[in-house]
Amino acid sequence: MHLSGGTVSSHANPPVELLLQVRITYPGFKLDVDHRVLLQGITGLFGASGGGKSTLLRIIAGFEKTARGKISFDGDAWQDSSRRQFLPSHRRPVGFVFQDTRLFDHLDVAGNLAFAAQRHKLKQSSIGQQEVLSAFDLQGLLSRRVTGLSGGERQRIAIARTLLTQPRILLLDEPLAALDRGRKSEILPYLESLPQRFGIPVIYVSHSVDEVARLCDRVIALQDGHIAAVGGAADVLNHLDEHATRLSTELFTVLEAKVIEQLTDVQLTRLDHAGQTFVVPMLTHLPNGTDVRLNVRASDVAIATEAPRNLSFRNVLRGTLSGIESRPDSPFATALVDIGGGTTVRAQLTRHAVAELNLRAGMPVFALLKTASFDRQS
Amino acid sequence: MPDLGPLWLSLTLAGVTTVILLLLGTPLAWWLSGTRSRLKPAIEAVTALPLVLPPTVIGFYFLIALGPASPIGSFWMKVTGDALTFSFSGLVVASIIYSLPFTVQPLQSAFESLGRSPLEAAASLRASPLDTFFSVVIPMSKRSFIAAAVLTFAHTIGEFGIVLMVGGNIPGKTKVISIAIYEHVETLNYADAHLLSASLLIFSFAVLFVVYAFVRGHRVIAR
Repeated sequence: MHLSGGTVSSHANPPVELLLQVRITYPGFKLDVDHRVLLQGITGLFGASGGGKSTLLRIIAGFEKTARGKISFDGDAWQDSSRRQFLPSHRRPVGFVFQDTRLFDHLDVAGNLAFAAQRHKLKQSSIGQQEVLSAFDLQGLLSRRVTGLSGGERQRIAIARTLLTQPRILLLDEPLAALDRGRKSEILPYLESLPQRFGIPVIYVSHSVDEVARLCDRVIALQDGHIAAVGGAADVLNHLDEHATRLSTELFTVLEAKVIEQLTDVQLTRLDHAGQTFVVPMLTHLPNGTDVRLNVRASDVAIATEAPRNLSFRNVLRGTLSGIESRPDSPFATALVDIGGGTTVRAQLTRHAVAELNLRAGMPVFALLKTASFDRQS
Repeated sequence: MPDLGPLWLSLTLAGVTTVILLLLGTPLAWWLSGTRSRLKPAIEAVTALPLVLPPTVIGFYFLIALGPASPIGSFWMKVTGDALTFSFSGLVVASIIYSLPFTVQPLQSAFESLGRSPLEAAASLRASPLDTFFSVVIPMSKRSFIAAAVLTFAHTIGEFGIVLMVGGNIPGKTKVISIAIYEHVETLNYADAHLLSASLLIFSFAVLFVVYAFVRGHRVIAR
């Protein structure tokens, strides 16, 4: 999953404010968050396991009754422990999608959907049943028992079921974590279209850089129960090491680029980043001018000191070597290449290569991105 | 042909007891499965007492607690004009206590094994706690409800000691099948004793066979 062909979405819906001033303590774990989140499109709640992201999501939904503090959504107070106020979870206009789907086994697919559709108290439903069925391709599954379904089908039903409660905010708790790669790519397009299609903001919990880079415009990075960083997806993900070194063990760069040309005969898409172009396997559904985010692994980037010729790497980006990070106990070093547009690409090479090529900060270099490394679309 | 009245009385007693126990035992089992109260172990122990105490002990205390001299017994006498001991109503009260663990334990373990997950899912779909209980918890615990009902019914049919202590041996009122068999044996009427014993044996086997063949996951042994 190297290519995260996420479209940088444009929004029709105004942002909604979620005030989170909450804390909870478990043996060996403490979460303390004080933040005003402006929700628009998909907001990623990102961090390593045990960092508190799922707990924070469960607090928003009202599942953690021992959480103290204040939560208000769009001006409505959901919780204020100083006033002993606590809106129980079934009264919060929240749609929650669990990692393990939690479909009701005693009901068939239609029964699961009806369970949700019958219970919202609104006179008018803004999210129509037919619209949901067609958006998630569920028409053919309605009479099936839920026990015989694939993981991907179960998760589509779980999201559809949640939407039928007419939520004003959708909370997704690692909905792809239990799925294999094939199933993930089956679900991702459905997730991507959620905010525009149904007009509600989404908070998406994940520890996967690929998923967050593809789906989320804004990211909240959570570490050890505290917010470590908040901002645009590329900005937060590219500076994780500065905010919190343990958020991701893998080195990568999130690259923002624009679709400029579809090379249909060779099945490639040409992208532009700050005046430099490169190609990736074809992103068929994206028109020219669409902004995308790509997740480039440092191990898929090579460095050359001269413009390379007769090389199979087709993507060569000019840049300036802005620094080299290495540790004496590791054979590897990370080269940081400024390719313009405020983006620094990470390349993983050996310390041996750094010495042989006599790489020094400030020298002009070429960053080589292997096209094939983008092949496995997440 | 022996008098089949005792058989009919036993079935009525077991039926009434099972219905009342499901109504009382379900909320108790639900409370026990979810509570963090310090009273929980005490309540659980009381619930399990009938499994270990000899029926004569329970019967003895019932006789004292329900007798016309006791507050409960005299109150009952005032309201209904009838004594609670040596009556069908008294048998029902005694059976409810005696068979309580057979209702509560299978239900409690079923509710505990459900866990929080389906409750949270239902809450996220706007179902209130009461709604969740009827539309999720009960359907998901259907097998355990069947097991609890069948075991309670069968256990009540098999009562002897408590019935003898609290109910005596009044035909049509408290003379249930186990008492009738005892009486037949005492009077050396082995033919009728055989007939009633065999029918009880076959009935009990049939009930347990149904439970083990179709209803899995029940637990009736005290923990």
